[in-house]
Amino acid sequence: MDNRYIYEGASGPWELVIGLEVHAQIISNSKLFSGAATEFGAEPNTQVSLVDAAMPGMLPVINEVCIEQAIKTGLGINAEINLHSVFDRKNYFYADLPQGYQISQYLQPIVGQGHLDVELEDGSVRRIGITRLHLEQDAGKSIHDQHPQKSYIDLNRSGVALMEIVSEPDIRSAEEASAYVHKLRSIVRCLETCDGNMDQGSMRVDVNVSVRKAGAPFGTRAEIKNVNSIKFLAQAIHYEADRQISILEEGGEVQQETRLFDAARGTTRPMRSKEHAHDYRYFPDPDLPPLVIDKAWVEAIRKSMPELPDAKKARLMKDYELTAYDASVLVRETETAAYFEEALKSLKPSNTKSAKLLANWLIGEVFGALNREDKTLSESPVSATHLAGLVNQIQDGVISGKIAKEVFSLMWETGKDASSLIEEHGLKQVSDDGPILVVIDKILAAHSDKVVEYQSGKDKLFGFFVGQVMKEMAGKANPDLVNKLLKEKLK
Amino acid sequence: MSLDKETVKRIATLARLKLSDERMGPMQQDLNHILTFIDQLNEVETKDVTPMAGVNTPAMPFRKDVVNDGDIVEQVLANAPEVACNMFVVPKVVE
Amino acid sequence: MTTLAPKPVLKNDLIRLTLADAKEGLAKKSFSSVELTQAYLDAMAEHRHLNAYILETPELALTRAEESDKKLAQGSGGALEGLPIAIKDLFCSAGTQTTAGSHILKGFTPTYESTVSHNLKTAGAVSLGKTNLDEFAMGSANITSYYGNVINPWKRADGKDLTPGGSSGGSAAAVAAGLAIAATGTDTGGSIRQPAAFSGIVGIKPTYGRCSRWGIVAFASSLDQAGPMTRDVRDAALLLKVMAGHDPKDSTSAPREVPDFEKALTQGVKGLRVGIPKEYRLPGMPDDIVKLWEKGAKWLQEAGAEIIDISLPHTKYSLPVYYVLAPAEASSNLARYDGVRYGLRVPGGTLDELYENTRSDGFGDEVQRRILIGTYVLSAGYYDAYYLKAQRVRTLITQDFQKAFEKVDVILTPTTPSAAFALDEKPTDPVVMYLNDVLTVSANLAGLPGLSVPAGLSSEGLPLGLQLLGPAFDESVLFRVGKVIEDAAAFKSFLER
Repeated sequence: MDNRYIYEGASGPWELVIGLEVHAQIISNSKLFSGAATEFGAEPNTQVSLVDAAMPGMLPVINEVCIEQAIKTGLGINAEINLHSVFDRKNYFYADLPQGYQISQYLQPIVGQGHLDVELEDGSVRRIGITRLHLEQDAGKSIHDQHPQKSYIDLNRSGVALMEIVSEPDIRSAEEASAYVHKLRSIVRCLETCDGNMDQGSMRVDVNVSVRKAGAPFGTRAEIKNVNSIKFLAQAIHYEADRQISILEEGGEVQQETRLFDAARGTTRPMRSKEHAHDYRYFPDPDLPPLVIDKAWVEAIRKSMPELPDAKKARLMKDYELTAYDASVLVRETETAAYFEEALKSLKPSNTKSAKLLANWLIGEVFGALNREDKTLSESPVSATHLAGLVNQIQDGVISGKIAKEVFSLMWETGKDASSLIEEHGLKQVSDDGPILVVIDKILAAHSDKVVEYQSGKDKLFGFFVGQVMKEMAGKANPDLVNKLLKEKLK
Repeated sequence: MSLDKETVKRIATLARLKLSDERMGPMQQDLNHILTFIDQLNEVETKDVTPMAGVNTPAMPFRKDVVNDGDIVEQVLANAPEVACNMFVVPKVVE
Repeated sequence: MTTLAPKPVLKNDLIRLTLADAKEGLAKKSFSSVELTQAYLDAMAEHRHLNAYILETPELALTRAEESDKKLAQGSGGALEGLPIAIKDLFCSAGTQTTAGSHILKGFTPTYESTVSHNLKTAGAVSLGKTNLDEFAMGSANITSYYGNVINPWKRADGKDLTPGGSSGGSAAAVAAGLAIAATGTDTGGSIRQPAAFSGIVGIKPTYGRCSRWGIVAFASSLDQAGPMTRDVRDAALLLKVMAGHDPKDSTSAPREVPDFEKALTQGVKGLRVGIPKEYRLPGMPDDIVKLWEKGAKWLQEAGAEIIDISLPHTKYSLPVYYVLAPAEASSNLARYDGVRYGLRVPGGTLDELYENTRSDGFGDEVQRRILIGTYVLSAGYYDAYYLKAQRVRTLITQDFQKAFEKVDVILTPTTPSAAFALDEKPTDPVVMYLNDVLTVSANLAGLPGLSVPAGLSSEGLPLGLQLLGPAFDESVLFRVGKVIEDAAAFKSFLER
């Protein structure tokens, strides 16, 4: 077994088993079963209909766009669409659950088995099985910090459509878990079925973690809630793995329980409010007949789908000879792919070589700078066209790769384009024989001893002469030309 | 099947009903009586019979995705026993 | 109104008119809607001991009646313009307290109007108030209401107070005693038909999906149907026409045209095949009921129908199926009454204590019994044995009817296994009480329409009903046959005695 999947405990190696339940809020104007709006951040209880507030005698009527979004997402995760599905009631009491039940899908979900292929940093690909995708209502929100003894209930989110996407327990490391969520998020964003914003709660991940000795049956799992970023996902998994392994190695038993991730401490703790043994008493919602979907509708949706990240990745690899890893990084976020493709349009010439150079600059310099400043690509001071302009300057021999890094820093600081900065700072590469020859003569004269050594066979000194010339010319000389002229002079 | 006191307590908790000791006995007896009556169903052979959840309703009707409801906060809160900041108020919930 | 012609009708006579006759009287300006409404309001005040209404709304009624009179004077107005009716207090009425007969909805005033009552009001009907019912429509004697039991206007020789049946007992008593010209009811296991039979009036539970459930406090969503309770078959046809219709707000509402039911009234039964299901002849069924049933068959035969013996083999299991499915759905439907958003709140230190205090104080014993049964049959480990089993037997019951309707056009049975019983004779055993619905509950399980027509008197002089069951969405055949029985029986209502 690959070492990547192994946690070394005092008693020897442990294997991690992870399954993810992702709740993705569907992009729709109105709620799953009511005509109230879904926008984020509205005033309390202003986006609530009498249906969402569970007034007596109120009844649900389904939103067709929510069905369409679920089908689209199902197709995006390579899953079968069930033409006949059923809505069930999941019964439990909770402050933010006005009906006393959540309308969900239990035995017959709208989407069946599918899978995602996730790329890891070492270039390998793992296929993670998806058990199902089903539609359900979101709950309202309890606000605990307004009053010392009371909680306040805002039902704006109550009844908003969610897709719950459940993975098989196929995930074996925090890296795979992160890659899976990244991949899923890139798909829903690409399809515009969910905005994928984990910080606003429109994508939420519940993590089921257990550990076992290699080859042993699955261990008892803990479910971790409240993980609201991909960074926290990895933290939560590491913490939970360590916690469970310590318990087991001390001869204890892992409790099957729901735990909350504490982002401030990077730890998990048991959730107190779920003390009651749950028994959800699922049964078909008698207010809703079975959901029957026309096969032709599914096919029409399939035809209207945009290019998905996997297809885009294959295309980038084929058209521009990008490596699998580079291509997967470029398609991971819809906005990265869009940025790259936007930049491609401004490349002159646009060929395999320039495209690869562009990819390197984007993944290396741009991402590096974004990471340093904790920014997202949309906040980048260097636009796609500007980055392409920089690559063009390198391609045209106007600047060297080294100077280009300097130009990039200036672009990052000022937001200006490469050519004006090169002009402004006099960074243009010298590509005329004359001025270079003057400097060469000066250097060779100053180091006549080294010229003798070189000519007597010490080839390594050639690099020294190049370095001196470039230094003298503040790096602006065309390095190819310096090489060529030096060779001729030293012959 | 017959319900013992523990089971009656468990389902009462699930249903958020409080059964005092004096109500427990008669309630348990009534429930068992009803269940005995229901147990007649075991006489029926239903091996290949499809369960039926509803009648006369072949498929679910769809609604257009338009915002035509909500923005009625006064109506939503009109009957609430306790309201603050346009929200329903309950004893503090600890998560 | 001063412009009216001299009144040929005495006030006491006004409350004896059928809906159809009152409609004609209003059209002819023999009396005004205000006069008609006032006559009912007076009768209501006089008969408060029957406890038929939970809430009377005289001011609202008179205001509405005045508006109706204006419309009538202009020759406009809807199909029920100016006709005073009663609304079962399970229908939410905008701006008027709605209780479902339960303490848990204490003070609840909906901001919305149920589709069915909206349809009636749009057609011009004047609402006199909200009628009493079993709590959340769970009961067959109207004794589970938080607002007290209802008394049947009919009396036995011993003079004891009788039940009007339930759960629509307030509506039944109001229509029978002349406290409303007609009323709405709801029927989940027999709650329109059984009280109609006990009170000597007509009641129809339409096909499931015919009337919108939107805005009606839910009991068991896959079984609940609203329907009219009236003085005669014609009135039922008139009222149902207005109540029914597709409602996009109810996903189980049938997208079908509502036929003109009145047309059916004159079609007669010549050539119709009437089924008599042997399983409805219960062991120990009182003689007077068996005799009435036979008489009913004879009337139809004499009117040209063919009587055919049929079998509905799973009839016996209808009640046990019902007492799994209805409580299961109810346990979930009633979860929303939690003291947070409306109705009663009994405080508690924690949220769970608040829930338990509110629900234990707010729900009566029968409702709590059903919630517990429903919770149990859905709980882990019992779902298959109870809930799924009951759903399978429901399929068999429905198939029995499908097969029967290949051979016959309509089925004739008694409505109830007994006449109204005295309130102090009510069974203490819940299961014995449940048996009241033994003849009516199958129609709910199969989603079929059922009509109860008063057809005669018991040996004790109390009204008895005959029930007609038809294929889905064929209420018309029930009105056809019902009218023939009504004419043949020449039953004298409480008001006509």
